[in-house]
Amino acid sequence: MNPERYTRQTRLQGFGEAGQQKLADAKVLVIGAGGLGVPVLQYLSGMGVGTIGIVDNDVVDISNLQRQILYSENDLGQSKVEIAKQKLTELNSEIEIITFPTFISTENALEIIANFDVIVDASDNFPTRYLVNDTCVILKKPLIYGALHAFEGQVSVFNFKGGPTYRCLFPEMPNPEEIPDCNENGVLGIIPGIIGSLQALEAIKVITGIGETLSGKLLLLDGLNQSQQKIKFGLNPKNLEIKELQKSYEFSCATEVKSIEAEAFLKKWNSENIQLVDVRNPEEVERQNLPEIQRKDWKNIPLSELQEKSSKIDLQKPTYFLCQSGMRSLKAINLLEGLKIYGDFVDVKGGMNAISELTATTKHS
Amino acid sequence: MKILLFGVAKDIVGNQVLEEPSFKAKNVAELKQELITKYPEFAKLSSLAVAVDEKYACDDRSISAENEIAIIPPVSGG
Repeated sequence: MNPERYTRQTRLQGFGEAGQQKLADAKVLVIGAGGLGVPVLQYLSGMGVGTIGIVDNDVVDISNLQRQILYSENDLGQSKVEIAKQKLTELNSEIEIITFPTFISTENALEIIANFDVIVDASDNFPTRYLVNDTCVILKKPLIYGALHAFEGQVSVFNFKGGPTYRCLFPEMPNPEEIPDCNENGVLGIIPGIIGSLQALEAIKVITGIGETLSGKLLLLDGLNQSQQKIKFGLNPKNLEIKELQKSYEFSCATEVKSIEAEAFLKKWNSENIQLVDVRNPEEVERQNLPEIQRKDWKNIPLSELQEKSSKIDLQKPTYFLCQSGMRSLKAINLLEGLKIYGDFVDVKGGMNAISELTATTKHS
Repeated sequence: MKILLFGVAKDIVGNQVLEEPSFKAKNVAELKQELITKYPEFAKLSSLAVAVDEKYACDDRSISAENEIAIIPPVSGG
């Protein structure tokens, strides 16, 4: 190791060689290599965290580049974890990067998270956030939380030294129609850069013991007026009593919606004359789509236009709804039923993400 | 009563701060009800954290005109 590498931080009083050694010994898992994950990964790598795990199954898309500035135009279409590993190794070849080219799920969460000391939630959806929280509670791992909404962000440290958890703030997952997600709602490029950097700082504090972490405090930032609030919150001990993961972290709906697993859907798609309504935005469709779309009964009606264009749907045919993660397709069915438009509606669980996992697996085998 | 709004709550009201002298709520539960009456879209928010004077508050926490309230819905973006 080049002794010059970390001198700017080892000469800091209260950090020193001891702090650097703690970083070198630490194993940090970053869940999500997107807007929040990128700055977390860059700073933790640069500062010398010895082992960094990255979980993500996305590929680099042109619409990522306004905020995910680890990636460049040459990387479009390539695996985020692979590109991240390559670039972070260029930044610091003395650390180990372990890639998990998958989305975190009830099947793999316990196994992956068990191998790390500190977990960073840099995901972008509620099901993942609740799954990661519950796994960290079961395995007693500190969780560095960051999340965004438009020009605002939230940061906290959960499950650290007996402190409160995500469920102490937000006990139950909201319904899908309550809160818009990033794809629908938009995000100003710099905001995840700021929130992710704050998460990296909290991770460093948790590892080295310097300063005071945000355990028991929720930091709220508003980028538009540069205001900050710190909300104190306490532990509800029952939130530490989680002994096993829920069977599913998918959204549950007030109205019962019929759904189909991605694998069963693909079979139907390939063999039957079904109608598919893709409620993603055209850019998302452009980036990633099903095979043989032209010869099928396929319609792209973004969720935001569904109300006005609902007459395009042939209500006589079984209709499958698809989106990127399975969230908006549920909203779509709820929306139509709210408008008293009824048909044989089926939600494709997990959306394009689940389908691409399947097709990727088939390719490898 | 000064109410600070975050996330989708800010979008519903259309402003970051809500000064509402007409609100008579004596506790957090009553305040949520008054918000729903004035802005019906609040009714669909099942999961909402409320802070009184920068401290997380349960439904039965009493409030008065001097308190600063923050309405904090969960956010998921990343």
